Amino acid sequence: MKHHLILKVITKFMVGVIVLFGLYVQFHGDYSPGGGFQAGVIIAAAFILYGIVMGLENVQKVMPIWFAQKAAAVGVLLYALTGFFSIIFGFEFLNYHAISPEHPKHGQHYGIILVELGVGITVTFVMIAIYYSFAGRTPHLDDKEW
Amino acid sequence: MALTLKHLFAVIMLSGAFSLVSAMLFVVMDAVDVAFTEAAVGAGVSTVLMLATMALTVRVQKETKRPIILPLVVVCLVGVLLIYGTLDMPNFGAFDSPAQLHLGSTYLSITYEDMGIPNVVTGILASYRGYDTLGETVVVLTAGLGVILLLSGLKGRKHKE
Repeated sequence: MKHHLILKVITKFMVGVIVLFGLYVQFHGDYSPGGGFQAGVIIAAAFILYGIVMGLENVQKVMPIWFAQKAAAVGVLLYALTGFFSIIFGFEFLNYHAISPEHPKHGQHYGIILVELGVGITVTFVMIAIYYSFAGRTPHLDDKEW
Repeated sequence: MALTLKHLFAVIMLSGAFSLVSAMLFVVMDAVDVAFTEAAVGAGVSTVLMLATMALTVRVQKETKRPIILPLVVVCLVGVLLIYGTLDMPNFGAFDSPAQLHLGSTYLSITYEDMGIPNVVTGILASYRGYDTLGETVVVLTAGLGVILLLSGLKGRKHKE
């Protein structure tokens, strides 16, 4: 995609908007539709769009393969550690009251934000890593070869 | 039309468009969460992955010599059975459907008191059913690991030789 000027300009504009919308879906998930999984796929779609239009090398400068593959595990770790945090403070696994015992509602709120963040991180980087695995094996094609 | 097409590029594009239309259907039925996911995964990411797979393999489906009568009969039979099954379903949005009467109303009434957040779906997913969601996240990670091991590993080995 060397000469698609319009696509490139629009993509540069849209990637920021898509990531911003993904962050909104992630952190406003308690109040509006959405949550970690939806936000994850939206943010991953922004990176994949950038990869398609600008080329795999350029998106891997922003998001290296090793980072995407390792960060995918961080989300699950964050989720599980939130659960173990409750156990350490004498509550059941994933009982968010442990985070703020005086205000159970606040504890629930913080806990939900933490685990949704874990889900979002995992889904984002798993999607990007899967895209890298597929796109890395595809030989470079010119427009006519499609 | 997608049934008779042999050019896989067109088939992939049509299935992506179908995903986008079904995402709109989910919006109409007030399932905005599902619509997000369908639009981003069904129409976006999986279309890209299918195109990448097509670029690795072939562009045109092989001609088959087998007769298609038996598969056609099976597909029509299953379709008729599915439509027959929907006749017993309650109407869309019916107040006396099992979904409204059983657990749903309990969750709707207790979520705001327990957590102070208005989105009941998030409350159920992340708190009441937090253990299930942890399992789902692990499943997503495992699926990603499987793809990475299958595809990236082979490339590395070929590179060394």
